[in-house]
Amino acid sequence: MDLSYSQEESAFRDEVRGWLKTNLPQNLRDKIANYEELGREDLMQWHKILAKKGWVAPSWPKEFGGTDWNVIQRYIFEEECGFAGTPPLIPFGLSMCGPVILRFGTPEQKKRFLPGIYNGDVFWCQGYSEPGSGSDLASLKTKAERGSDKSGDHYIVNGQKIWTTLGHFADWIFCLVRTDSSLSKRQEGISFLLIDMKTSGITVRPLILMDGGHEVNEVFFDNVKVPAENLIFEEGKGWTVAKYLLGHERMNTGRIGASKRELAKLTEFAARQTGDNGKPLIEDARFRDKLTRVEVELMALEITNLRFLDQMRRSGQPPGADVSMLKIKGTEIQQALTELSMQAVGPMAQPFKSVANDPDFDEFTAGLAPRYCNFRKTTIYAGSNEIQRNIISKMTLGL
Amino acid sequence: MNFDYNEEQQLLADSVRRFLSKDYGFEARRKIVASKDGWSPAVWSQLAEMGLTGLPFSPDYGGFGGGAVDLMGVMEAAGDAMLVEPYLATVGLGAQFVARAGSDSLKKAILPAVVEGKLKMAFAHTEKGARYNLSKVDAQAKKAGSGWEITGEKFVVLGAPAADMFVVSAKTDKGLSLFLIKKESAKVKAYVTLDEQRAGDVSFSKAQGELIGTEGGAMPVIEEVMDFATALICAEAVGAMKFACDTTLEYLKTRKQFGVTIGTFQALQHRMVDMYVSYEQAKSMACLAASKADGATDAKDRARAISAAKIKISDNARHISQEAIQLHGGMGMTEEMKVSHTFRRLTVIAQQFGDADHHLARFASL
Repeated sequence: MDLSYSQEESAFRDEVRGWLKTNLPQNLRDKIANYEELGREDLMQWHKILAKKGWVAPSWPKEFGGTDWNVIQRYIFEEECGFAGTPPLIPFGLSMCGPVILRFGTPEQKKRFLPGIYNGDVFWCQGYSEPGSGSDLASLKTKAERGSDKSGDHYIVNGQKIWTTLGHFADWIFCLVRTDSSLSKRQEGISFLLIDMKTSGITVRPLILMDGGHEVNEVFFDNVKVPAENLIFEEGKGWTVAKYLLGHERMNTGRIGASKRELAKLTEFAARQTGDNGKPLIEDARFRDKLTRVEVELMALEITNLRFLDQMRRSGQPPGADVSMLKIKGTEIQQALTELSMQAVGPMAQPFKSVANDPDFDEFTAGLAPRYCNFRKTTIYAGSNEIQRNIISKMTLGL
Repeated sequence: MNFDYNEEQQLLADSVRRFLSKDYGFEARRKIVASKDGWSPAVWSQLAEMGLTGLPFSPDYGGFGGGAVDLMGVMEAAGDAMLVEPYLATVGLGAQFVARAGSDSLKKAILPAVVEGKLKMAFAHTEKGARYNLSKVDAQAKKAGSGWEITGEKFVVLGAPAADMFVVSAKTDKGLSLFLIKKESAKVKAYVTLDEQRAGDVSFSKAQGELIGTEGGAMPVIEEVMDFATALICAEAVGAMKFACDTTLEYLKTRKQFGVTIGTFQALQHRMVDMYVSYEQAKSMACLAASKADGATDAKDRARAISAAKIKISDNARHISQEAIQLHGGMGMTEEMKVSHTFRRLTVIAQQFGDADHHLARFASL
């Protein structure tokens, strides 16, 4: 047993850290530091910098731009990005649709879609959830009927998707649709379809979250005509594709680097806050103990994550259901950090928005409570933490 | 980076586990606990024969030169079986002071006997009102001829009734120091602890002692050995937690109510999952504790890791043990079920060598 990184791994970390230091643009650094909402341009600016470096899709095969990094190196890269405070890489293309096309796509589909995903020229979003299908994804109703006319084979799509993250930025959406409603097993008759967001009949409506931010949307499909060549894998086999994709989605939910960064930031500014007794808040045992418990949780999560990666590296097997616990613990920690940050500034967490754009208005402290509100999503999205518990219960414990 | 035991460590852990599952089942342990002395000399000789009493000592004294990581698998097995023999008191505490701070001649006199299983030791340190504060000692040591005379009272000394020799902390003019005292010079009031081990209050009145290490220089050694022993009970806790999780899962799969096994109820499934997650998190921190007990860059690095681990182990020991009883229902409350004994051991571990609050304060002070 040896918990320290090898010399090669440490050298790799230094390389990544050094590169991030010089290549993460200041405008993005500032926005992340102040918890500002990032626009499409911000997200794609960072995406393109990484794409140019060849680091945007580490897990892809080398011939499509992957890096050949092992799982530990990938982890180190993600941790360093989180710790440096880079914008997130939006997963819908790189970690979801891309891997699906790599695994199930035809050579033509690979040629057509992968370069845009890799280079960041095409912005993707995900069309999974529906108003009646949240955790119970297989109950989805959005319908795609096969037809044919002089332009060729196509599907006519009708229905509604919801919680479409960054759908208002997206050029394309990948969707689960029902192509056959006659089957008794709900998982059958679902297909995986790629749809151009510019197609007529698509309407995107914003859903503003309680923090005031615009992240998610509703997407309506009204007789949307989709060429049949946009079908991935076989018709009716979309559930197989979806399950494959869910495994990818859950890989980096620990967000350890980002949480380390938030913890360090919180520790630093809690030292500058004054507690009720006039002493620095960090010396208040009641506050400090809460902070320490989160720090210890994060240490335990990090080591657990590394243990799983170590197993993966040696067995060559994909992660099992146990990665669900990384999602559970990682999101609980992220939430605890936002809650403590809000608590740390005391009454200053109440100002939310300046009425007359007062230049003295403290945007940083005003951002803490909305962030707390926003992060309630983490235990709900990407398979709620209750769904993650169901997965462990069934797959690992055999209940 | 690598989280596996090496082949030797794995073989040793397996053989300890095999031995304990064969000769130290729940019934066998019950008899040992109920016996007059509360521990088994036969089991003790077996542990020595397997090399366990020599594991963390230098080959110069007949040992195997291992560290906390080498002991992890052994302690996990001990936690599963809830070993009550004075192994932690001797190998994890008493003899560690001799090995880490003693002179060559002292090591020669003591360690080979420990390795061979002929000498059992205990660390007599905690005094009334000291709680977990390691520096609060009122016992006094005075020079007497070529040796020392120690006077004081120590409480809850683990393994005291079985100990042949005590390592005792006491103050001299130069400060906190450590002394080796034979059992003949100690008065032991023995008792059974909550976790069915034997301990006692020990008093010394002008007891003859031999200085271990530097006069006045005991504190860093005490911190070091306590951190080492804490890493060991973290591993022991992991073994006990694993049993608690496994046996609870088994119960959920067999116990029927309303015509179905209770493991089909989602309310219980999620609680079981949380126990399992709790166990994995605790295991990660036990790995950290053991590896830092052996290889920390300095005392602060070591202490931070050990305290962080103990916070998690204490919290999760309580979580898992309480949930194990709850999910067993009334049966879990009974003495007949092994899990109720595991509950008792985990309850003690949560507080032993400092509870979560103590280690939260220590972590923050470092």
